[in-house]
Amino acid sequence: MIPLFSIAAILLCAAGLYIGFFVAPTDFQQGEAYRIIFIHVPAAWMSMFLYVVMAMWSGIGLAFNTRLSSMIATAIAPTGAMFTFLALWTGALWGKPMWGTWWVWDARLTSELILLFLYIGFMSLQAAIDDPRRADKAGAMIALVGVVNIPIIYFSVKWWNTLHQGASVSITQSPKMATTMLTGMLIMSLACWMYAIAVVLIRTRAVILERERHTVWVGELQGAAR
Amino acid sequence: MNWASVSDFLDMGGYGFYVWGSYLVALICIVGEIILVFNRKRTLLRHLSLIHQSTKQEKTNETAS
Repeated sequence: MIPLFSIAAILLCAAGLYIGFFVAPTDFQQGEAYRIIFIHVPAAWMSMFLYVVMAMWSGIGLAFNTRLSSMIATAIAPTGAMFTFLALWTGALWGKPMWGTWWVWDARLTSELILLFLYIGFMSLQAAIDDPRRADKAGAMIALVGVVNIPIIYFSVKWWNTLHQGASVSITQSPKMATTMLTGMLIMSLACWMYAIAVVLIRTRAVILERERHTVWVGELQGAAR
Repeated sequence: MNWASVSDFLDMGGYGFYVWGSYLVALICIVGEIILVFNRKRTLLRHLSLIHQSTKQEKTNETAS
């Protein structure tokens, strides 16, 4: 499964970047700087999406005591944190030429920053507790409590008049973006999604091996590996 | 085709620093994460095989003694 997603990610990324840089026209207002959108928006979407998926898995792990679901949640956190950082970084680099500042305490930016702290909190809390089962339970607490932050990020542009522009892509209305720009961005989002799945699956294997290292089957695995 | 030349492409309409600054960091994050994940697995497997060897060693010692 992992090679399948990795190849899909690479192909989609190549196609997305090609459309983004070579097909999409220059923006009348922002000139070329808008091309950051092809990494900024997918990263932001993924940061929110991965947090919800992580909260779901840790919730399932908490409810049904299924260790594997908590392991998947543990495996998702680093990738989610990476995408959140990427969204903040590319946003700042886009904000500098367009808003004239790297950072502003805007509703969306601040809630995204809180999301980053939630991810880091989740990872450090889990690392701090030795017993994996208790670490999963504690992690589930942070994940489930933090999930309330996701709609806040998403709707922040609607509820408060934020410097960050509103949602230009939504399932309900027709898109307010040029088609080539939109397709480039959507393809890049798919690429980020495939990438996230591949990396999380690889990390889940590592987490499983780490937690099951005393078991018989890992022992046999080692024997067979020789 | 939007770009007259490579330098035009790199200049990115004067915003080159910002656009390539963000894409460069994106690349570093993605590649960095891939390296970290594979590293984690490799050191883990090596660590496991060491454990496996030492336990096998103990077994043979016990049977021998």
